[in-house]
Amino acid sequence: MAGHSHFSPANVEEYFEFTAEGRKKVLTALVIGIVVLGVGIYMLMNGNHEEAHAVAGHAAEHGGHAAEHGKEMLSGGAASHHETAWDPLNRLWANLWLNGVYFSGIAVIGMFFVSIQYLSKAGWSSVVKRIPEAFPKFLLFTAPLLIGLFIFKGDVIFHWMHEGVTVKGTEHYDKIIAGKSGYLNFTFFLVRMVLIFAAWIGLWFMMRKKSIEEDLIGGTENFTSMVKLGTGFIVAMGISSSLSAWDWVMSIDTHWFSTMFGWYMFSSWHVTGLAVITLTVLLLQDKGYMQYVNANHLHDLGKFMFAFSIFWTYVWFAQFLLIYYANFSEETIYFLERWEGHNKIYKATEILNVFFNFFFPFLVMMSRDAKRTPIFLKICCFFVIVGHYLDFYQMIMPGTVGDHGGYGLVEFGTIIVFASAFIYVVSHELTKASLIAKNHPFLEEALHHDI
Amino acid sequence: MSHVVSPIREKLVSGGKSYHDVTQDICRQVEGAPTKEWKIAFGISCVIFTYGAYCLGYTWWQGIGVWGLNKTVGWAWDITNFVWWVGIGHAGTLISAVLLLFRQKWRTSINRSAEAMTIFAVLCAASFILAHMGRPWLFHWALPLPNTFGSLWVNFNSPLVWDVFAISTYLSVSLVFWYMGLVPDLATIRDRAQTKASKFWYGLFSLGWTGSAKTWARYEYVSLILAGISTPLVLSVHTIVSMDFATSVIPGWHTTIFPPYFVAGAIFSGFAMVQTLLLVTRVTFKLEDYITIEHIEMMNIVITVTGSIVGIAYLTEFFIAWYSGVEYESYCFVNRATGPYWWAYWMMMTCNVISPQVFWFKKVRQSILLSFVISVVVNIGMWFERFVIIVSSLHRDYLPSSWAMFSPTRYDIGDYLFSFGLFFTLFFLFAKFLPVINMFEVKAVMKGVSTKYPKKQVAHKQIEKEDTKIGEEVSES
Repeated sequence: MAGHSHFSPANVEEYFEFTAEGRKKVLTALVIGIVVLGVGIYMLMNGNHEEAHAVAGHAAEHGGHAAEHGKEMLSGGAASHHETAWDPLNRLWANLWLNGVYFSGIAVIGMFFVSIQYLSKAGWSSVVKRIPEAFPKFLLFTAPLLIGLFIFKGDVIFHWMHEGVTVKGTEHYDKIIAGKSGYLNFTFFLVRMVLIFAAWIGLWFMMRKKSIEEDLIGGTENFTSMVKLGTGFIVAMGISSSLSAWDWVMSIDTHWFSTMFGWYMFSSWHVTGLAVITLTVLLLQDKGYMQYVNANHLHDLGKFMFAFSIFWTYVWFAQFLLIYYANFSEETIYFLERWEGHNKIYKATEILNVFFNFFFPFLVMMSRDAKRTPIFLKICCFFVIVGHYLDFYQMIMPGTVGDHGGYGLVEFGTIIVFASAFIYVVSHELTKASLIAKNHPFLEEALHHDI
Repeated sequence: MSHVVSPIREKLVSGGKSYHDVTQDICRQVEGAPTKEWKIAFGISCVIFTYGAYCLGYTWWQGIGVWGLNKTVGWAWDITNFVWWVGIGHAGTLISAVLLLFRQKWRTSINRSAEAMTIFAVLCAASFILAHMGRPWLFHWALPLPNTFGSLWVNFNSPLVWDVFAISTYLSVSLVFWYMGLVPDLATIRDRAQTKASKFWYGLFSLGWTGSAKTWARYEYVSLILAGISTPLVLSVHTIVSMDFATSVIPGWHTTIFPPYFVAGAIFSGFAMVQTLLLVTRVTFKLEDYITIEHIEMMNIVITVTGSIVGIAYLTEFFIAWYSGVEYESYCFVNRATGPYWWAYWMMMTCNVISPQVFWFKKVRQSILLSFVISVVVNIGMWFERFVIIVSSLHRDYLPSSWAMFSPTRYDIGDYLFSFGLFFTLFFLFAKFLPVINMFEVKAVMKGVSTKYPKKQVAHKQIEKEDTKIGEEVSES
């Protein structure tokens, strides 16, 4: 049926080589990250509060007055109980949690992207599908990390795990939290967490196996089973995206609730994942790989980033507007805490959140030419990736570290460690299969993609 | 767009049609005399329309006191019907705009009638706003017009005013989009016209279309721009409709998930309505080669996906109502499921969430009869969804002494019938006088998605083989 093809897909194969030099670079970054993190922890432990905060420049605002002020503006996060005995290491645990959740999202969106492409039988994306397909490997690292953090340091992150909050008659008894203990309790939470990761990793593992097998045996059987696996994953994700958002992030501010939150967090993950996919493709092209990916494919990736930046904004704004408009104090406290609470250290993040995640991608990606030009795409990816880190930062930090937050060496160190680990793991996974799925039944469509 | 089409793709035009066949098949009902079936169907909808118009006229004459509203349930069928129709009106623009942006070729056979349906559904929705107003002749007071009534001005804080803007914008853009798409086809009919009258009318509305390369290029630009404008509009309309409820402080209404959940529900019911209408149209107009099983299956998949999204939203609301610990909210949801309106709630759950799950089976997705039944069931369910949200949230007031039930009067029912009459009358007129399938768009995608295309298949295959040979030589060297 195919028109005038001068291209035989079976001849294409391209392997990414994770060179010694490349490894060295990534590992150096990892070491730098660990050093920065170590220094940051040392400074925290020695009570060098001011310096750890210096980047955000909020040092001047400390004082007894601020702490009291902060207490009024809380939506029930763990931080509200820490005023008496604050352990500086808590900030490290919060940071690990933040990055763990953020990078798990990027990793799982890789699988989500591939699944959507199979479910909708998209042709164009078959040239890039090996990139997102490699991402979920990182879940093998974040899953044990998050589960371990929850088991050993859960009470740092979650107010509802504090001792005695659900026991009537004790000093710390909290009626609202006690009412949620049927859902928010150690065992049930752990079960959900393990099941979610098991579903994600298990389905990815099966998909990846089928995908690599397709390279060897061809035919359309693997394609059909990948459509089924993808569909199964979409169903699993439909449920687990909301559960993970409620559990891992929303329950940090234990008193607070919002029905939108599941989709809000998912939209944040989603657009970040799209940006990381795009950036990976562009960086590989810079290295001389994937030359068959042309401006038309980039255009489509750019459209996705553009559209889902707007979608994130839509969800963010709808949630904000409805809470603002109805003006229930138990709901507005969430935004008040971030805007006015904790000596206003989160206010700048709130503002940057909207600029990085809406205005910049919106303006940068508006024109057709921008979506087809690598440098503009890279700029947009930068804003989206950094912006959604900020988004997760403002979801997680106020409730976990409260007044003790900021942008210090601990934050930067943790990001560098996670980012370089992610790059290392994904690069390694990319070497395991050809960068192009040579027997994908839609590959020829994609190679002739022209819009 | 790429012309390379993978051989595993399903065919979208069957029967080995040539371009001329497409024109013939689709113009047939426009050019021929009305069939008996059409006359009967049109006659019935005119009768319903007339009866409905009487009821609506009486409502206007007497005032909305003729409805079954009471001091507790002050909003019931009127707004339920409005939201229902607006929801149905989502599919057209979704199919024509969003699926255009996603380059879905299967949209070409269904977009025309879906868009027409959208416009008629939005008109039906608008009729309920007018019916609401009590003094419909003052409808222009809903617009921020300069006036001589002193400080009279619309309340920009009210989502009802946002609704006026959102829906009127949506109607205008959808109308322009639909009409733009019609122009080349109208010109085709004009060029084939046999009578003076049809030459004049189709000529007038085809705006002097010449079919030159330049006009086509402009046409493509306009389509893309309109698609770009329409896509956020699709989301905005039901977002704002949901805010009519969600900005309030009524338990069951104030919840943040409402905007995307309403949009998903709207797409769900819109696709169901398109499915209902197309299944009838394809049989009566013998268009089975254009609206194929593949089209039906695609729509069933969209219905399943959106129905499941709506299901997740239902469960989310229920869960968070408990999780929040807000007594009013929890009561409201438990009352929905087990209170006096339990039947409406379970009607909604069964029709919207459970029934589309049968489409997990390919056999069901491809069954015309079952597709038709489910598409009707879905729209019944979506009506009940709005009824549940509106009436079950209102009927339990904060004071138990104010608790009440709602029962519709003859005029609630009659005004609803009016909208059906209006909708089907307009739809049948459209089906008779305009081409129900976008001829030139179908032709534009036929290469690759049509069986036996091009006609000289054998000769073509020969060329293809040689091509591949050359390709292999090139890539080897």
